[in-house]
Amino acid sequence: MNTLTIAWKSIRQRRLASLLTALSVALGVTLMISVLVINGVIDRMFNQTASGYDLIVGPKGSALQLVLNTVFRVGAPIENLPYRYYTELKKDPRVEEAIPFAIGDVTQTGGFPIVGTIPRYFALEYVPGRHFRINADGKFLPGTWDSVIGSAVAKQNNWKMGDEFSLIHGSAESGHVHDEKFKIVGILAPTGTPNDRTVFVNLRGFYQVSGHEKPLEEAIRREAAFFGETVDEEKLKTLAKENAAHDHHDHAGHDHAGHDHDVPDAQKEVTAILVQMKGDRLRGFTTIKFQSELKEGNQAQAVNPIQQISWLMTNIVGNIRTMLIVLTSLIIIVSGVSIFVSIYNSMSDRKREIAIMRALGAGRTTVFAIILSESVLLCLGGGILGIILGHGLVFIAAPIIEARSGLLINPFAFSSVELILLPVLVVLASLVGFIPAMTAYRTDVASTLSD
Amino acid sequence: MSLLLENVKKSYREPNGSTLPILDIERFEVKEREQVVLIGESGSGKSTLLNVISGITAADSGKVTIAGTEIASMAEVVRDRFRAERIGFVFQTFNLLPAFSALENVLLGMSFSRKKPNRDRAKELLALVGLEHRLHHHPKQMSVGEQQRVAVARALANQPKLLLADEPTANVDLANQETILHLLRDACAQNQISMLLVTHSQEVAKQFDRVETLSDFNKVHAKV
Ligand SMILES: Nc1ncnc2c1ncn2[C@@H]1O[C@H](COP(=O)(O)OP(=O)(O)O)[C@@H](O)[C@H]1O
Ligand SMILES: [Mg+2]
Repeated sequence: MNTLTIAWKSIRQRRLASLLTALSVALGVTLMISVLVINGVIDRMFNQTASGYDLIVGPKGSALQLVLNTVFRVGAPIENLPYRYYTELKKDPRVEEAIPFAIGDVTQTGGFPIVGTIPRYFALEYVPGRHFRINADGKFLPGTWDSVIGSAVAKQNNWKMGDEFSLIHGSAESGHVHDEKFKIVGILAPTGTPNDRTVFVNLRGFYQVSGHEKPLEEAIRREAAFFGETVDEEKLKTLAKENAAHDHHDHAGHDHAGHDHDVPDAQKEVTAILVQMKGDRLRGFTTIKFQSELKEGNQAQAVNPIQQISWLMTNIVGNIRTMLIVLTSLIIIVSGVSIFVSIYNSMSDRKREIAIMRALGAGRTTVFAIILSESVLLCLGGGILGIILGHGLVFIAAPIIEARSGLLINPFAFSSVELILLPVLVVLASLVGFIPAMTAYRTDVASTLSD
Repeated sequence: MSLLLENVKKSYREPNGSTLPILDIERFEVKEREQVVLIGESGSGKSTLLNVISGITAADSGKVTIAGTEIASMAEVVRDRFRAERIGFVFQTFNLLPAFSALENVLLGMSFSRKKPNRDRAKELLALVGLEHRLHHHPKQMSVGEQQRVAVARALANQPKLLLADEPTANVDLANQETILHLLRDACAQNQISMLLVTHSQEVAKQFDRVETLSDFNKVHAKV
C-alpha cells in the first residue's frame, strides 16, 4: 500500500467530513469556472466587437452612448445626422469606406433591434480576421425590402428564409407598428457579437417605411439649420407641392416587389456612420487628425470605439470581473481552511494510528506525506469535481443564456486560467495540510502507544 | 544471537525536572529461535524496554544489537526501515487501523519495507491465524481476540528476525489467549523467528521454556 492509498483510506473513514470539505472546494471551483467562462465571453464581446472600422461618427453627445448604441445596439440613439452629412463625409479623400446606420426600431416579434444599412456593411470584419458568413442561398440585402437576420434572431423567433416581418417604432410594448414588411433573404452564421441579435434591413427600404422619412419642409429646415445655411423659401414651396401629389397612395397592402420610390435625400437621416480610414502606416495618425477636425466642425463627433470600450472594460466591466474572481478565490480559500479544520480535528483521534504505523516501520516523512496527501486529495478531488460541475453548468446554461440574452457561449469554452487552477489547489492543499502533517511528523510514538 | 543488550540505560525526565531512571541493564540476550518471556509488574519498564529494542525510543546509552546489527547508532530513517524489515510488533490492544480491513492491515504491515506488499502472502497469514473468512472485516466488526490474531499475522508479514509482544493477551478471554500464544509460538518456531514477550501474568509465562524476571537483571528496579 502506498502513501496515496493509505491517505485515501482515512479520507473514506471520515466519509461525511471528507465529502463536505471536498464539496466546498468543488463549489468554489464551479463558481470560478463559471466566472472564467463568462469573463471570456464578455472579453470577446467587448474587445473584439468593434473591428473593421476605425471611427464611429454620430451626433454630438455622449461618446459612450454612441458606441453602446451603434456597436452593442443597446440604449437609445443620441439623435440623428442629416443624410447629406453622410454623403459629404463619404467624399472625404481620407475616407476609405463609410457605412451609414439607421437605428431605432425593433422587430414586432422578439423586440430585436433593427439596423438599416447598406450591403457593404457585411464586407467589414466583425472581429479581427473574421468575415460575416451567410447561409448557402442567402444574400446580403440586395433589394429594397430585403432583410438579413442574426443567428440568435433566427433561432429565437424561429424565422426562416422568405419569412416577412414588421417593424415597430419605439419599444415593442407601446410602439407603432409599421405597415411595410421586410423579407428575410439571408441568415448570418453565429458571430458571438451583438450582430447575432440584430435584424439588418436595406437602408433604402428603411427610409421608405412611412414615418421614417421626415416631413419634407421640416427636414429641409432642419438640415439647413444643421449646416448653418439659409432656406430657399421659393424652392421649398414647389418641392412641397410635388411631394404632396406623390404621397397620395398608401403603402398598406402593397406588394413590395414592385413598390420602390426613393425618398429624397433631404428627408433621410442616419444615426451613425462607421468610418474606415485610408492608408496603412499613417492610418492611426490620419484617424486622430480626422477626429479632431470633426470635433472642431462642431456638428458631429467621431469616436474611436476601441477607446470607449476599453474605458468601459477598465472602469466597470473589469472591476466587476476582478471582484467576481476575488470572491470565488475567497470561497476556495475558505474551503481550504475547512479542509484544514477537518484534518486538524481528526489528528487527535489518529495519533494512535500514526504511532502504530511508525511502530510498523513508517518513517516520520512517510506519515507526514500521508497526512499531506489527504489534504491534496481532498483539494484536488474537490477541484476536479468543481471543474466537471463548472463545465457541466456552462454546458447546460449556454443554450439557455443564448436564448435569453443572445450572448453566444461555447458550451465547451475552456479558459487557460484553468490550467493553473489545479496546481494552485495543490499549493493551497499543501499549505493547509502542513500543520496537521507536522503534528503527525512530531508524534511521540512511545508515549502515544502507552496511552 | 538474535538480540543483545549491553549496558542499556534509559531514564525519563519528570515534569519537576528530576530524572526518573527506568532501565539499567548490563546484559540481556535472546538467542536465535529462542522464545523468551519477561515478567514484570506494571510500571516496571517492560514497554519501555521493548521500545528501546525496536528503536522507537532511543536508549540514553549502551548497545542494542539485533541480528548482528547495532541499532542505537543508526540514523532514524535507517532505524525505521530496519524496524519495518526485521522486527514484528504486537501490542496489548488497538493494534489495528480502524480504516483498514483485516487484509489491508496485514498489507499495511508490508508497506514500509523495501519489498512489495504481497496480497497472497497476506491472505496466507490470515489463514494461518484462522481468519481466512474475515479478510474484509474491519476492526470494529471483529472481536478483540480476532483483532489480536490479525495483529499476529501482521507482525509476521515481513518475515522478521525478532518478534516483540507487549502483553498481547492481556485483554482477551482465556480461549483466545491460548490460541494466540500457540499461534505466536508455532509461527515463530516455523519461521526461525526469535520472540520476546513481556507480561505481568504468570499464567502466560509458564508456557515458555525460558522465563526471565525484569527486576532480576534491571538494576533500576533493584534500587527501588
Ligand atoms: N514518556 C514518558 N515520560 C515519563 N515517564 C514515562 C514515559 N513513559 C513511561 N514512563 C514511566 O516509565 C515507567 C515504565 O513505564 P512502562 O515501560 O510503560 O511500564 P510497563 O510497560 O512495565 O507497565 C512508568 O513509571 C511510566 O510512568
Ligand atoms: Mg506496558
